[in-house]
Amino acid sequence: MYFNETHEAFRASVKRFVDREINPNMEAWEAEGVPLHELFRKMGDLGFLGIRYDPRWGGQGLDYWFETVFIEELGHVWGWGLPVAIMVQTNMATPAIDMFGSDFLKERYLKPAIAGEKVAAIAVTEPGAGSDVAALSTRAVRDGDAYVINGSKTFITNGCQADFLTLLARTSNDPGHHSYGLFVVPTDLHGFSVSKKLDKVGLRSSDTAELFFDNVRVPAVNLIGNEREGFIYQMQQFQHERFTILPITYIACRDIIDMTVTYIKQRIVFGKPLSTKQVLRHRLVEWLAEIESLRHLTYHVVRMKTAGLDATREISMGKLLAAQLLNKVASGCLQMFGGMGFMNETLISRHFRDTRVMSIAGGADEVMKDIVARMEGF
Amino acid sequence: MKYDVFNEEHEQFRVQLRRFLADRVTPHAAEWERNRQIPRQIWQEMGQLGFLGFCYDPAYGGVGADDLFRVVMSEEMARCSAGGFGVAVCAHNDMSTTYIDLLGTHEQKLRWLKPCTAGEKVCAIAVSEPGAGSDVAGIATRAERKGDHYVIEGQKTFITNGYYGDILVTAVKTDTKAVPPHKGISLIVVEKGMKGVTARKLEKIGGHASDTAEIFFDQVEVPVEHLLGAEGQAFYAIMKNFQLERLVATILAVSFAQHILELTMDHAKQRVAFGKPIAKFQAVRHKLAEMATAIELNRALSYQCAVQYAKGEDVTKEISMLKYASAEMVNRVAYDATQLFGGYGYMAEYEVARLYADLRAVTIAGGTTEIMKDIVGRLMGL
Repeated sequence: MYFNETHEAFRASVKRFVDREINPNMEAWEAEGVPLHELFRKMGDLGFLGIRYDPRWGGQGLDYWFETVFIEELGHVWGWGLPVAIMVQTNMATPAIDMFGSDFLKERYLKPAIAGEKVAAIAVTEPGAGSDVAALSTRAVRDGDAYVINGSKTFITNGCQADFLTLLARTSNDPGHHSYGLFVVPTDLHGFSVSKKLDKVGLRSSDTAELFFDNVRVPAVNLIGNEREGFIYQMQQFQHERFTILPITYIACRDIIDMTVTYIKQRIVFGKPLSTKQVLRHRLVEWLAEIESLRHLTYHVVRMKTAGLDATREISMGKLLAAQLLNKVASGCLQMFGGMGFMNETLISRHFRDTRVMSIAGGADEVMKDIVARMEGF
Repeated sequence: MKYDVFNEEHEQFRVQLRRFLADRVTPHAAEWERNRQIPRQIWQEMGQLGFLGFCYDPAYGGVGADDLFRVVMSEEMARCSAGGFGVAVCAHNDMSTTYIDLLGTHEQKLRWLKPCTAGEKVCAIAVSEPGAGSDVAGIATRAERKGDHYVIEGQKTFITNGYYGDILVTAVKTDTKAVPPHKGISLIVVEKGMKGVTARKLEKIGGHASDTAEIFFDQVEVPVEHLLGAEGQAFYAIMKNFQLERLVATILAVSFAQHILELTMDHAKQRVAFGKPIAKFQAVRHKLAEMATAIELNRALSYQCAVQYAKGEDVTKEISMLKYASAEMVNRVAYDATQLFGGYGYMAEYEVARLYADLRAVTIAGGTTEIMKDIVGRLMGL
């Protein structure tokens, strides 16, 4: 109903890639991390990293439905670290370059990101500024033909492997939102360092870093758009980021439930399969109902975006719902696996460890609620 | 709130234990988690200081202390920032050696209980199997009598202390045709190192300091003197001791929750977002108030159950209620705490992040939430 034959053909090619190139490697990547350059190059060759972007820069120039198909298929990956790393490249660190960047930046950074030759990361969060983005204190001071950047960023996905960062920094002391600039910062510049690789509860196949900037001179041409409008650009880039959790969640939740149902059908307790227990059956159905409504909210958002409407309100609601649903389903299905669920050798245990962060990263639940309340006028 | 539960001796014991844990355990907890192992020396020190087996008869190294000392112990274990360690010690103290005390002969107690009280041996209870978790009567491990030996064949899993421990109190079927099946269950002490016993260490989501194992019994010959109590009577002992195990699990859950609340309060008062400490936001304040309320409700009933349990009364229904209520509660508290810690709540270097993973097991281990509700329903006459 929502996808035509071309979408489905594209879906089949993404699915093939997930089945052949990703899932068989997930176990090893969970232990050792993903070699992003190697993987992204393959994905770039297949046109997966620039679905919506202009063909001029190597993109496919396709619509939001193709992007949705792509993210849906990432929902079938056996773990969340890698999909997050991929979506940082496609939906979190590059949309602002596409929307507001100069041709120079597109040629120099967007094009190789789409080709999978350069790995991107988004550097907004700081030790003292998470959801409260306006509190960030990393500074960019204009000095001749460069901006000099000082400060630190934390919880940066792909931070250890990135070739460039899309970085938000303060460019003025004035209060309000028009005091920040968004920059493309190559990581081979003098004064940049990865100060720490962070150990997380989950997402082990993805690297997360704390970054340090000590008088890093970034050429002025690496500024995206206007030097006072970076915060506004980032708020729009966030919409692309936050959208990703919607499609991936209803697909992954469905997979988790299918896997759990397979297990409880063959698990015999007190002489009967666990799947005959009414309480478990009802619980599963409640989640299925929520999964179905999230799917349709998502398709509504895609329609809005396709029509050129602002979907901030709906995306914020969707992110809130998706993250909570995901945590509920991962933990609830783990419960049905009993003791096995607590063992790392089961996939459900990885889902549990990986999904906790989804209610925090990309704007915490509380921030989504604040945004919606504000948009509702209270 | 001050509860009239503990006397001066309990509080003295608490002070000594707290000091010991602060000196000898907390500073090393991270290392033990990394190594996935608790050093033997710490068990021995605990034994020497009287922190193990204190409820048992002086003939076996104990001091005949009442069960409320177990409550004090569990409370302190949960707040010492060494999640897996607390579980390992409680598994030894409250969940396995108890069977030797309950069913063992004088000789058996001298042989196994005494070294456990001294911390020279580490004990495990082996009931769960790949095919039988909550359904104890469904175990398949067999012990066949052959002359003066039993020959054990089967497999156990999720056994805390099962890898590095020495003594396995093992539930087996000595009669596979018993009707009802639970009347065929017996407990046999298997010593690690006996021929045919092998263990595989399991990697878990959390609780890393504590070792958890899958154990295989391949034609293990065990002298009949290793049988605890009479053949076919173990099910009742297991059901009885489950009450203690679940009470202890509840105390741990409440105390872990309290510890998490304190960490989160400190964070919420210090962390500034949108120009003020996050504790000043109403939604955050209410969240913290909900945590404190849930903890207090669980604590009140758990103390009441502990007091009545210590007097020997049957509080199975209330303990079953508590076991699941407190386990769900502490998971909720850990979830909300990680939320209030933001990104830091997902970083393993933060204790709340580790506890979030560690504590996921508590709605499963020692009887799942669903099993507890089944028991409560049955005791309500439904």
